[in-house]
Amino acid sequence: MATLKINGTEYTLDVEPEMPLLWALRDELGLTGTKFGCGVASCGACTVQVNGNPVRSCVMPVSAVQGQEITTIEGLAESTLAHYEPGDLNAVQKAWIDHQVPQCGYCQSGMIMAVSSLLTANPNPSDAEIDASINNVCRCGSYPRVRKAIRAIANA
Amino acid sequence: MKISRRRFILSSAVVGGGLAIGYAATRPSGHRIANDTLGEGSARYLTSFLKIDPDNRVTVYVNHSEMGQGSHTALAMMAADELDAAWEQVRIEQAPATDLYAAGDMAIGFAGEFGVPSFLMPLIEASAMKIAQIGNLQTTGGSASIRFTGQLGMRVAGAAAREMLIQCAAVRWGVPADECTTALSYVHHNASGQSLSYGELADAAARLEPPEAPTLKERKQFNIMGKALSRVDIPAKVNGSAFYGLDYKTEDMLFAAIRLAPVFGTKLVSVDATEALERRGVKKVIELEDSVAVVADNYWRAKEALKEVSAEFERSDNDSVSSADIAARFDEELTRSEGSKDFEAGDAEASLTQASEIIEASYRVPYLAHAPMEPMNCTVHIQNGRADVWTSTQDPLAVRGRVASVAGLNERAVTHHPSYLGGGFGRRLPFNWNVIDHATKIAMQFSVPVKTVFSREDDMQQDYYRPAATSNFKAGLDSNGNILAWHNRYTGPIQTPGAAHIPYAVDHQSIRVVDGDTHVPIAAWRSVDHSQQTFFTESFIDELAHRAGTNPFQFRMELLNKHPRHQQVLQVAAEAAGYGRNLPEGRALGIAVQESFGSICAEIAEVSIGSDGKPVVHKVTAAIDCGWVVNPDTAKAQIESGVIFGLTAAMYGEITIKEGRVSQNNFPDYEMVRMATSPEIDVHLIESGASLGGLGEPATPPIAAAVTNAIYILTGQRIRELPLSKHSFRHNSTLAKA
Ligand code: FES
Ligand code: FES
Repeated sequence: MATLKINGTEYTLDVEPEMPLLWALRDELGLTGTKFGCGVASCGACTVQVNGNPVRSCVMPVSAVQGQEITTIEGLAESTLAHYEPGDLNAVQKAWIDHQVPQCGYCQSGMIMAVSSLLTANPNPSDAEIDASINNVCRCGSYPRVRKAIRAIANA
Repeated sequence: MKISRRRFILSSAVVGGGLAIGYAATRPSGHRIANDTLGEGSARYLTSFLKIDPDNRVTVYVNHSEMGQGSHTALAMMAADELDAAWEQVRIEQAPATDLYAAGDMAIGFAGEFGVPSFLMPLIEASAMKIAQIGNLQTTGGSASIRFTGQLGMRVAGAAAREMLIQCAAVRWGVPADECTTALSYVHHNASGQSLSYGELADAAARLEPPEAPTLKERKQFNIMGKALSRVDIPAKVNGSAFYGLDYKTEDMLFAAIRLAPVFGTKLVSVDATEALERRGVKKVIELEDSVAVVADNYWRAKEALKEVSAEFERSDNDSVSSADIAARFDEELTRSEGSKDFEAGDAEASLTQASEIIEASYRVPYLAHAPMEPMNCTVHIQNGRADVWTSTQDPLAVRGRVASVAGLNERAVTHHPSYLGGGFGRRLPFNWNVIDHATKIAMQFSVPVKTVFSREDDMQQDYYRPAATSNFKAGLDSNGNILAWHNRYTGPIQTPGAAHIPYAVDHQSIRVVDGDTHVPIAAWRSVDHSQQTFFTESFIDELAHRAGTNPFQFRMELLNKHPRHQQVLQVAAEAAGYGRNLPEGRALGIAVQESFGSICAEIAEVSIGSDGKPVVHKVTAAIDCGWVVNPDTAKAQIESGVIFGLTAAMYGEITIKEGRVSQNNFPDYEMVRMATSPEIDVHLIESGASLGGLGEPATPPIAAAVTNAIYILTGQRIRELPLSKHSFRHNSTLAKA
């Protein structure tokens, strides 16, 4: 049994302690916004936040995140906005629309989770800081727009 | 590309009032997919539809997959503009995978479907229906959606609907049709001050005979096309709600992890699954001809259990084959065989004997994997003699046919449920069937949905690859460095005819192709043959430019005097990149140009050598002439994307074969350009007014040569083998002035 607090709701799951959080989210809870890309912590498609920090859920056993605040893309806006109404977007999600960042979109849940964490910790990152902390793979090559969108938020 | 077509437009009333317009175009019947799935003599049809509801909402049914190119938005823009619809009231839906059969069979084609939008049902009763014979137009690839479906389908459907709506309004008001105008989903008669919404007219319009050849707008009349409108699929892609094939989920579904024969083409011999079967959640271990699969109630459980399965695969002649063997085989074939003609001009042999100098060079590229971000997967649910399929595909219609044939079902008993694609790049085209076939065979053993997922490792090792290839050049030059003869012999196969041809004015040419088949399966990969051929030809022409002592830009411009569009893209790129101006110390500009999929793209890469001896690409300037542009922002995004895709291949891309199988496993050993290595990209769209060219692919081909041509200027090293990660460089400042 594992008790997980995801997007503010507690779930008790009958899963092995070593099951990666990614598969508990996707296959047990049906929270499919978090994506499977590589399974080896390389691509970042599975990025969620644990206590606000970016975590690659494909290699994070559920036992390691019990009782912690887990946020997925589905709960990101609610977790960051002071006054949340269903359908609201956080600043990163809005900038992603303004700058038309996603292409296929598959990497973007992870990208948005990673960028949201970065900007909370460091609201005005340098290019080098962006490069160092956002190393998610985007096979569609949305990187120039990711950078532009981050810059726009930082300068807002 | 010239395709002769006849157009037929179908119209029908909609349940509850409203107008639906369908459009069908003929295509050459030799389309390979049509032939493959239906065999000789069977016609298949696909139409794109417009629906107008009484409340004035317009729905555009798009028959192409959205894999990030923005074509759902662009296609709907084309229909909506011709219709003079209010864009805010336009909805877009993906058309179901269905086909219309000739004459009376059309009814069956639709009626047998599940999940057909209800508005399509009345079409079945429509008597005045005319049907066009058409190839499968549901494939998304070849940068074709906008060029063919958009131009010949969406725009015609929109224009036809508009004319029918005007006609109805004119009759109702008793005024001549040519006094009526349209705007924002209304018909107006200015003289009498009357207006009616499309929704109010749609029901009556649906009873009219559609015009055979509606008039399309001139470009200056466009209201929606040409605007940088936001993509309709993006909002769902920022909050996790976008649905991809891998996201299909039901309470009772099962998950399969699979191990395929590591050496392509070999079969499974024996399996020991005793331990795996005891693991939690495992339902079954399934032996297939070339693979073993574990089915469990969670993908991770299936995958973990699969590790406990020991499987033996048969030995084969290919067990010892390596990439080096393949390269040696290519070299041998290129020496031994005359090959077959790809292109010939003048007398290339004789002119070689007149040359004062002969330059030879051999170029080589490895196999490449597609590695779309969404790993390959397919969910199949077989019950009561029918199948439902969820898989991200570039061709839903072909998937339907494939699942039907594997499962032994009638095509009409199979429904493909559309989803977004987490990237395609050619991997999700027909013939790359492995995941579809395996998923179907596995699901046949259950009555609940079973999702078969290729891990990233499976995806890397069981792809259909961009071919490895070698290209041997020989050029004869006169004493002034002018090219007398151009010889190129390369390993095939030819997947995109013309990719190895050059636009340059060389009178004597011999371009020949020899057999390059190996046991490694191949397929189309973004830009197909252009990806390797452009690296080859644009590098070798650059060698000849340096040999002639002319700067590579000028050299190309002079040899392109019969190709003003090529000259223009080069000119625009050169000016924007500051070609010829002083660069920061240690940097150089490399240039390349290629025509592909109806567009011409020039790229200039600004490169330096990093302290680690690896190239750093700072900036890429791209200029593309794609005729004209439907949506400038999605067009730019596609160019950025194409550049980065090609740059990843040039820098890191390499699938190596060892002991008959692929060595690479996952992203760590099949590296990608990431934020830190992604250059600034400056895109210039040129609207020459020529017919619409593609955008999804043409930016990929030039980048490799643009980068290696810059490296030559920086270091004096001519890179004739990719990827660049194999090479190490030293900056040579004396050459940087070249
Ligand atoms: S899926 Fe977790 S990092 Fe790639
Ligand atoms: S948008 Fe397709 S992988 Fe990033």
